[in-house]
Amino acid sequence: MLLPTALYSRLAGAPGAAEPLPVERNPAAGAAPFLFTPRLVRFPRDHEFFEDGDVQRHLYLQDMLTQVSETPEKSMVPEFTCQVAGCCQVFAALEDYQHHYHMSHGNTCSLCSRAFPSGHLLDVHILEWHDSLFQILAQRQDMYQCLVEGCPEKFRTSQDRKDHMVRLHLYPADFRFDKPKTNRGPAMPAAADPPARALKDDSDAMEICSEPAAPPPCRRTYSHSCLPGAIFHSCLDIGL
Amino acid sequence: MWSRRQGRLSTLACGVEELRCRRREREAALRKARREQQLVSKRLLREDAPEEAGGQSAAVLLGEAEVQQFLRLAQRGTDEKEREKALVSLRRGLQHPETQQTFIRLEGSMRTLVGLLTSNRALLQLEAARCLHELSHSEQSAVAEACLPATSYLLTYLSGHSSEFIELCLYTLGNLIVESEAVRKQLLPQGIVPALVACIQSPHVAVLEALGYALSQLLQSKEAPEKIIPENLGFGYFLAVFERSHWYLCGSCSQPTSAGSSLLDSSLLQHMLRLMQPGPKLNLGVAVEFAWCLHYIICSQVNNAMLLSHGALPTLAMLLLDMAGAAQRMDDAGLELLACPVFRCLSNLLTEVPVEAMGEQMELRDERIVAALFILLQFFLQKQPTLLSEGLWLLNNLTANSPTLCTSLLSLDLIEPLLQLLPLSNVISVLVLTVLCNIVEKGPAYCQRLWPGPLLSCLLNTLVLSDIEVVGQSLELLQLLFLYQPEAAQAFLQQSGLQALERHQEETQLRDRILALQQTAIHG
Repeated sequence: MLLPTALYSRLAGAPGAAEPLPVERNPAAGAAPFLFTPRLVRFPRDHEFFEDGDVQRHLYLQDMLTQVSETPEKSMVPEFTCQVAGCCQVFAALEDYQHHYHMSHGNTCSLCSRAFPSGHLLDVHILEWHDSLFQILAQRQDMYQCLVEGCPEKFRTSQDRKDHMVRLHLYPADFRFDKPKTNRGPAMPAAADPPARALKDDSDAMEICSEPAAPPPCRRTYSHSCLPGAIFHSCLDIGL
Repeated sequence: MWSRRQGRLSTLACGVEELRCRRREREAALRKARREQQLVSKRLLREDAPEEAGGQSAAVLLGEAEVQQFLRLAQRGTDEKEREKALVSLRRGLQHPETQQTFIRLEGSMRTLVGLLTSNRALLQLEAARCLHELSHSEQSAVAEACLPATSYLLTYLSGHSSEFIELCLYTLGNLIVESEAVRKQLLPQGIVPALVACIQSPHVAVLEALGYALSQLLQSKEAPEKIIPENLGFGYFLAVFERSHWYLCGSCSQPTSAGSSLLDSSLLQHMLRLMQPGPKLNLGVAVEFAWCLHYIICSQVNNAMLLSHGALPTLAMLLLDMAGAAQRMDDAGLELLACPVFRCLSNLLTEVPVEAMGEQMELRDERIVAALFILLQFFLQKQPTLLSEGLWLLNNLTANSPTLCTSLLSLDLIEPLLQLLPLSNVISVLVLTVLCNIVEKGPAYCQRLWPGPLLSCLLNTLVLSDIEVVGQSLELLQLLFLYQPEAAQAFLQQSGLQALERHQEETQLRDRILALQQTAIHG
């Protein structure tokens, strides 16, 4: 297809267009047996007109996802230790360190040293565990907000909140980022957990965590865990 | 300007004959799947290439004892490196479908994996996430559904800051989304939509691309147009506190609340359009994903008025101009990937502009848009001929009700290039003839600009064809031409037009029109 050379410079030119030619229709135009009227056409997404384009799109996705599954190359560096106080994990790749930093030190409570996966959960933790005003207000109104982003519900107790998250949002009953305040014990599998213990209502627990708690008694601890005491879970006790 | 993410688009150049052949096979498989309404099936999401030439080790079949051993080592090993290596070995094994089956049948295996996923050991977390990613790919529903206990954590991690991890979580979620409506019925109450929407502010290109992918899979799902998009539209999430099922069904109830973010609310749409703005920050991979998202949203017709009011048309039009510029500069890798959804978005969205408002759309009074479209059509003529029909469909929608753009086609000398496309295929012929009809039906002023010219001889050629649609559209064009440009009828007779008409006289769908044309030609 040969395009006029002026077209390219037109593209680079200013917006606008020539004055349109006058429109003057004859009523016989498109009259029976003829059919034509100018008309915009809309295609629904599953129309066969779209077949070729959809196929090309999926070929691209196939290539892309195959690449995603490959382990990315890492920027290897001489081994170094994380410099955050109390952390002695060692890394040889920058990406690994970056991930470690974000997950373990990025959203850490300065009061009790627990680490959280997001700023949102950290904020909720500080509010519910370290804010005395929160405790006072919680006695009079629903203060425990649902942890699911976008859900506006608030509850009287953390237990009620947990029930809501399990029933409505289909969250696991042993969701790791929703530990009741008094439970410093190991994260037990839900099945083995005596209901009374894990689901204890902590609305009357007024303790404020001012120093790192002692490492909880565990059947198994990581011998290389150098992070101070109460990380959000310091012990995985899940048997095979 | 078209900054490409390294590696993603590199496989597009198929140099070797073997690659081409394999690609044709894959294409055929996809075509078949689409016709069977199964294009979104997991099976086709990843190429089946058990032996990668690129050095990636082949999937390893692991037995039950080995799986157990690796899990145990990963969970309880004393040496950090050993634990990591165990998980890596497990991951390689999980590339094999039988190992996947073995894994899910092992009691407590997913619980252990989730434990590692949520542990405080960064490298174990990453490897556990990769294991989960492998499982999420599986075509076996049981395997993919076995990943469900992990989804609340995957969603939680989306609001973190570790971009590589988030990217992995997004691709895993994208795979799970495709799995089945049952899986989506869990993901939606868990808040996948707000979690995805929150990611759109990430500055990381890789995260945005992964997000676009996951979102496009959600929007492409079968129930998206009727359920997911409408239920998350406009007035915000409405959550019924009482019953989970009531919540799921009760999306757009009449009580608006100020709750969180919804799929089509202002900020998501604005971000999406922002990510498609041409400019130095435009990333092709990201723009492609969000263009597809936009395509599915527009097709659902849930709230295209909102899209229009957010300036979707100007954004898409500017993007079209930008792409034409890139084609001109031969800065064009992957251009066809973006052109396809952009053509579709523009074209379908144009049908949503109320007739009264048509004249006010600036894009429809800027002839650069047709210049850009033709430059792209010429470009794709070599690179991706399948895109030509979609581009011509857009041209129809641009010109049907626009005297301005019809005039532009004439003043920019685009009629001859248009005619050059006629022989390519029947579908293309019909589209070209329709666009020509759009021009010609506007009256004598337009027809005069086409006369004298190659139009008539082209029409005589199309009359020789046997495709009824093509011939029918040619007849329509002839009628209009004879009406507004009587000399054309004369020339038609002189060039044996009547004989050309006669060969189709018996055709039921054409007979009446042929008779009428014969009358007009002879008697004027």
